[in-house]
Amino acid sequence: MQSLVPINKKQLHEREGSSSNPPSGGRGAFLLHLADTNLILAQRNAEWCGHGPILEQDIAITNISLDLLGQARNFYQYAAEVINREDIQNMKAPKASPFGGGLEGASEDTLAYLRTEREFKNLLITELPKSDWAQTILRQFLYSVYQYQLYEQLQKSDDRQLAAIAEKSIKEVAYHVKWSSEWVIRLGDGTDESHQRMLKALENLWPYTGEFFIPEDYENEDTIGFDLNSLKQPWLIRVDAILKEATLLSPSFGGGQGEAIFMHTGGKQGIHTEHMGFILAEMQYLQRMYPGAEW
Amino acid sequence: MNISNRKFYYGDIPGEGSGGDGLQSTSEKTSHGGGQGWPLWEVFIRSRQGLDHKHAGSLHAADAAMAMENARDVYTRRQEGISIWVVESLYIHASNPDEAASFYEPAADKVYRYPTFYDLPDEVKQM
Repeated sequence: MQSLVPINKKQLHEREGSSSNPPSGGRGAFLLHLADTNLILAQRNAEWCGHGPILEQDIAITNISLDLLGQARNFYQYAAEVINREDIQNMKAPKASPFGGGLEGASEDTLAYLRTEREFKNLLITELPKSDWAQTILRQFLYSVYQYQLYEQLQKSDDRQLAAIAEKSIKEVAYHVKWSSEWVIRLGDGTDESHQRMLKALENLWPYTGEFFIPEDYENEDTIGFDLNSLKQPWLIRVDAILKEATLLSPSFGGGQGEAIFMHTGGKQGIHTEHMGFILAEMQYLQRMYPGAEW
Repeated sequence: MNISNRKFYYGDIPGEGSGGDGLQSTSEKTSHGGGQGWPLWEVFIRSRQGLDHKHAGSLHAADAAMAMENARDVYTRRQEGISIWVVESLYIHASNPDEAASFYEPAADKVYRYPTFYDLPDEVKQM
């Protein structure tokens, strides 16, 4: 599967502050994928701030959002290094950042605030609206279990910095898994209303889980050191165990009844849902209105 | 990683009355609508250098696991502690402030209760 590249590469690289689609080695793109996924999910979770069902859960979900944001920052900082290094290797002059202060080339800020929808490589599931509490905690659960396994593998990476980021982050993710899985059980095996909401959430979210395990070009075994698809079975087993305790039936990936569930893909390549534009419009609002603003 | 989750019943004491309404499943409890049916828990945190758990505050939660996690989220954000105790408030019995006079004042003028009339040898360093 080809990554989306603009027809005119020259036009792309001349755009201020943008250094996406690194020409070679999937490392930069992979880091951006990891960073973007965490950033967009942090943004969605942050929408609960002040609106949580009860005070302690408002704090819990915003804490999780901050954790994810912190992880995103680590990935962005590293991605900026890698991209700038590749630019130099490919003899591209670093572009002056509109943030001023003598910053040149890509930085965590330019990557987060100046890229547009098609340059973001986040998983589609993170874009879905926060909807109700059931959908939020279920999405967190499905993603965090995957994230834990992914970071487990990344900890073993040859890339020391990537391994270090994974090692630090996995402690936070362990908590996210615990917190969200307990909520899945409480709501699944709760009242009639909570059970119905969980069923609806499961139906909404399941078609977005296939994307976790379909590797993009920049996620092949050479670049990341393991086969992404190998995470699928362990993920299914863990998720099924919790869903069973929550008295929820998990739709299979399409083996059983003969009718495969269609899985949405495209996020990792930059093809997003209709929600992405609104998310970025909100998140990048300040930079779009006042380019280069600092305070 | 081991995900293991037990279902907790109100009071977290399987098979026994809990001093309140007795055994209730989580579904009956949450039917009161988030928060209203949830018991109050007192939270005690022990800091890194401390020996004792100090009272940090209280919160509502449906069961012990949630109380623990809420306490972690609310009271240990700034590294206030490394150990958490949560106790349902109804299990804490406190002395009556009206009885403070008869409880505490009589001890004021009983100097013989203090170990001050002994000569300590120099070798005893810890006192």
